[in-house]
Amino acid sequence: MGLIRRHPALVPLLLLLPGLVWLVSFYLAPNIQMFASSFWSGTLESGFSFSFSNWTNYTDALSKYQQQYARSIEYGFAATLICFAIAFPLAYFIAFKAGRARSALLFLVVAPFFTSYLLRTIGWRTILGDDSIILGPLKAAGLVDPAARFLDTPFAVIAGIAYNFVPFMILPIYVSLEKIDRRLLEAAQDLYATSWGAFRRVTLPLAMPGIFAGSLLTFIPAIGDFINAELLGNPNTTMVGNVIQRQFLVDRDYPTAAALSFMLMVLILAGVALYGRLLGTDELTSKAI
Amino acid sequence: MEVTPRVAEVDVRLVNVTKKFGDAIAVDAITLDVSDGEFFTLLGPSGCGKTTTLRMIGGFEQPTSGLIELKGVDVTFLPAYERDVNTVFQSYALFPHLTIYENVAFGLRRSGIKGDELTRRVGEAMELVQLVGFEKRIPAQLSGGQAQRVALARALVNEPAVLLLDEPLGALDLKLRKQMGIELKRIQREVGITFIYVTHDQEEAMTMSDRIAVMNKGRYEQLAGPETLYERPSTRFVAGFVGASNLLEGKIGSEGEDWTVTLPSGAVVRAPKSLGDIGSNGAIGVRPEKLTLLEPGQQSKGNALEGTVVDTSYLGVITQYVVEGKGGLRLLVSEQNIDRTTKSDTWRPGEQVTLTWRPEHGFVVGDAAGA
Repeated sequence: MGLIRRHPALVPLLLLLPGLVWLVSFYLAPNIQMFASSFWSGTLESGFSFSFSNWTNYTDALSKYQQQYARSIEYGFAATLICFAIAFPLAYFIAFKAGRARSALLFLVVAPFFTSYLLRTIGWRTILGDDSIILGPLKAAGLVDPAARFLDTPFAVIAGIAYNFVPFMILPIYVSLEKIDRRLLEAAQDLYATSWGAFRRVTLPLAMPGIFAGSLLTFIPAIGDFINAELLGNPNTTMVGNVIQRQFLVDRDYPTAAALSFMLMVLILAGVALYGRLLGTDELTSKAI
Repeated sequence: MEVTPRVAEVDVRLVNVTKKFGDAIAVDAITLDVSDGEFFTLLGPSGCGKTTTLRMIGGFEQPTSGLIELKGVDVTFLPAYERDVNTVFQSYALFPHLTIYENVAFGLRRSGIKGDELTRRVGEAMELVQLVGFEKRIPAQLSGGQAQRVALARALVNEPAVLLLDEPLGALDLKLRKQMGIELKRIQREVGITFIYVTHDQEEAMTMSDRIAVMNKGRYEQLAGPETLYERPSTRFVAGFVGASNLLEGKIGSEGEDWTVTLPSGAVVRAPKSLGDIGSNGAIGVRPEKLTLLEPGQQSKGNALEGTVVDTSYLGVITQYVVEGKGGLRLLVSEQNIDRTTKSDTWRPGEQVTLTWRPEHGFVVGDAAGA
């Protein structure tokens, strides 16, 4: 205690300490390790050796798996858009119209988390199966083309990702909408804005931080996801997550897997930075609240 | 002197306006006219229906029944954005994501005004509220008083027929509140727009208003200028809400130009007659500063009661006494500290005094009195 009293400047440092220890040991150190192993050559059997000349790991991985990268971005992007289309109206309804049902509805939003991610995704196999309890009757009734396939298609993968991550979009948007002072909307209407005008000029800009956070929380895990592609896709829907998973756990090609992971991380960081710049959201988040 | 606007043109007319929330009646069949250019105040305690009344004029609530006219046009069911009315909201409701300039320009832009006219009018509004130079800031960077001015500019810049103000000074500290009150009145005179002002602060209402409707339980009990409200309150509620009053219960009688009130002690006091039948039971009221304390037996001013000083508080400008009379009467008396300048000159608890006041300084409120 005496130390703190004599050096009050230490207080923030001490408060940061647990988090710092955690981040250094479980984030920074593994990342350095991963970065180092991306410059390895060799195999698990013969042992790995480090050399900067192995930067070719990156170019090799990129040329070999660029298709998977592109697909990951595409699927992640599509899933994020779908999530947004579902989440915004829902969050808006819960925040503005649901009244007392609010907490119940919010609970329903997170309720799927009580079931394992894997099981939920496998559940989609049942739903989308060719003669599933959903599609079977629809096909029999002639509402769906009997030859149509949903399972093991890009559609199924994107739908699965969107389904699994939609709560991460709903919650931040809900929070930002819920925070909006209702009098601001009255003020907008008082100043001759129609309901739509008030929405566009007040509600939407003030919801931007939530939309920004929600799309990051959806897009980032979506782009690295491999479960949905694994369970709901086919060999032509492989995402970069699947490749990394296979390189790490099946082929034990650690250098390639590390290079792939590292590039994915850099890609995401660059994307986030660009997105933030485009939306100008750091200005919004820091000042408007 | 009661200020009656010269132009009798009616800006806002409410006819039998009632608003119910479920079973609760927030506003109960209010009928009133607000004249063009008037500073009109709805004064009352919280829950009296004043804000609901204002919100119905603004278009944020629709009356359960009744009619609202603006400049002779029925607007009862017109949405807020189609009414020639602007509002200064209680907590200002400035748009946090827009600069001060854009906040003020918001209404003009929605009405399709752009270019030089937009710049000019926003500039004039900023000048009117003395905030030139703040255009590029955002609301979070303003003090309470500045935010208040922006809210005012944002509404006034649209040159509405009527400006509604919902407790606009409520969030400011006392000193700033007084200062802004004076300034609001100045601005109102300068722009000549009708102001409808909602407050629970009677002092605020008194300093600014041309006329005040004192509201209670969804109705107004008296609608009059500040002086009439203070000197001739027509109900117990008004007498108690606008300033402090001593109300002495008794039997009402009539004698020529005066009401007589016979107090339970048998003493009879008088006050001039006001209009209306007030019934036989009621109270005579007199403001604390209208009472004078005399040595027992000294020449009185008309109405006189015997009493004993039970409490003395020296408050600087005035000294306040509590005097107990016969039959359990307790009266509050304020005397200006002019003749008595040191604390030792004041009346002391236990001293016998004669309480006296001129009949025309009293007022009578009857139990049968209507608003």
